[in-house]
Amino acid sequence: MSFLSISNLSVRIAGTTTRLLRDVALSVSPGEVHGLVGESGAGKSMIGKAVLGILPRSVEIISGQIELDGTDLLTLPPAEHRRRIGQSCALIPQDPMTALNPSRRIGPQITDRLVDILGWNRAKARERAVELLHEVHIPDPDRILRSYPHELSGGMRQRILIASAFAAEPKLIIADEPTTALDVTVQKQILKLIKEMQERHNTALLFVTHDLGVVSKICQSLSVLYGGLVVEATDVHGFFRAPSHAYSRALLAATPKYTDPEASLTPVPDAVITEVNAQVDAVDREWRGG
Amino acid sequence: MRLLRTLLFRLVSTAVTLVGVAVIVFVVIRIVPGNPIAMMLPPGATPEDIALLTAHYGLDKSIPEQFFIWAGGVLQGDFGTSITARQPVLTLVLGRLPATLELSIMALVIAVILGGAAALTGTRERGTKIEAGIDVTNGMALSIPDFLWGLILILLFGVAWPLFHISGRVTPSLDLPFTTDFYLFESVIRLRFDIWADIVSHMFLPALALAIPLAAIIGQLLKQSLKETMHFDYVTLARTKGYGETRVITREALPNAVLPTLTLVGVQFTFLIGGTVIIERLFSYQGLGNMAIDAVINRDLPLIQGIVILFAVIFTVVNLVVDLTYALLNPRLRHA
Repeated sequence: MSFLSISNLSVRIAGTTTRLLRDVALSVSPGEVHGLVGESGAGKSMIGKAVLGILPRSVEIISGQIELDGTDLLTLPPAEHRRRIGQSCALIPQDPMTALNPSRRIGPQITDRLVDILGWNRAKARERAVELLHEVHIPDPDRILRSYPHELSGGMRQRILIASAFAAEPKLIIADEPTTALDVTVQKQILKLIKEMQERHNTALLFVTHDLGVVSKICQSLSVLYGGLVVEATDVHGFFRAPSHAYSRALLAATPKYTDPEASLTPVPDAVITEVNAQVDAVDREWRGG
Repeated sequence: MRLLRTLLFRLVSTAVTLVGVAVIVFVVIRIVPGNPIAMMLPPGATPEDIALLTAHYGLDKSIPEQFFIWAGGVLQGDFGTSITARQPVLTLVLGRLPATLELSIMALVIAVILGGAAALTGTRERGTKIEAGIDVTNGMALSIPDFLWGLILILLFGVAWPLFHISGRVTPSLDLPFTTDFYLFESVIRLRFDIWADIVSHMFLPALALAIPLAAIIGQLLKQSLKETMHFDYVTLARTKGYGETRVITREALPNAVLPTLTLVGVQFTFLIGGTVIIERLFSYQGLGNMAIDAVINRDLPLIQGIVILFAVIFTVVNLVVDLTYALLNPRLRHA
């Protein structure tokens, strides 16, 4: 039984007929890591934002269901949607340098949800924060909890954001390119940490990335997006052995090989772009017709 | 340590500023037409009488000479004697200062409340008709100067609907059991809320007239700053934690948005204090500003000098307080 189940989700720029997501369907089960892969602008982050209810005001959902534990979030009033997300979901954001409030101490930023939304008392929330910082391998938690964000490095901040995401034992975590803004050396550690935390807590994880290398390390299943359309959804083993869609194959071929740094990069061929664009157009024609 | 050095630097620069202000005022009021002696003597006074009186007030000496005599006195705490009131300038000025301070601070409080409410509501309702309405109101409040607001308020709430007093600081028939001149403050301390209500009823309109333009500036700037802050990732992250719009604005955005507004409020507050001169006149409010106008009309040179120096001191103190508050509110500066 999947915890998150999205079906038929379409999103458009408000007041236009331009769809940013085209009938997206996907599901994630507890303990499963599902990768969302695609180029910039393919709509991977948009899916996460739609689930969390943080779509920009210029964008509107026009159809579909986002079922969280069997309840369609889109039928709920906004306040109830927000409360459910706060209780059972969390976001690991892309850029740790801007995702912590510069004028608040670290401690309350980790525990505020526990106290305000889940009704814990402060002492218990603080204990939990110390425990979480141990879990993400941050030494001297007492000092860190009293620090301000500007006193900490990017890697440290991302660890804190991971700790904060796991604070309320969420059933689903959406990680929005969580390593993109980090140094290459730190990327590896953070990725390992996310995997470690996800396995320990048996969380469903929706992992947004453009890096197929990361997908092969962390995900069990993935959806490949192009122009807001899921062109291929499969398990990771099948995908890396034999991707079925031409665009997937081209994307895989375009991944740089670390084993052969001299090899030139392969762009996605024009023919494949034409083909996948035609597919998107066909979906849109059908949508307009229906 | 760093704070101490900053304070020391500010003290020195304040001293330089005050000397500059003193020199300019001293010279200017002596070269503009009109002199106090002519105001004091009846028509038909003989040249001998004029010369005698001029010498009595030391006005026959050269301007630099007069300045050094006056400055020498100031250094010993003697700001001279008012020509019209025949009392020490320091006593007169310090007696009026509390009235003006209370008025300015009340105006500032009103401005912060009104401006803050406009900014928070406007941010919450951004993109709607409510925000547009707030913008229009702000524009109107800003384009009408404080003394015109004073007249409008007098006509509305003093004449058409006489809800407030429009003249003086307190009803003269009231028996004031106060030892200081901070009437508003002392009435609270002494729990005399009957007197407090009377004072507030006198102060409210002039304070509001001073506050409206400042409220508009605070509202506009803070709203702009809040709306920019609302795009930051930590605001979005707070939403995913389950917080509603109001909580997100007040706790995540406001502390970060308030800093740029604060600096401007400091500068604008000094303008507001300048505005008290005309507003106090308009409402016959017995403060420093009203006294300043009388002093200028009577060419009461020592009194003008005293008042201007005091205003300059107030301005520099306000700026210092703003800078210190800024450092206190911004953790990045506090720890640096």
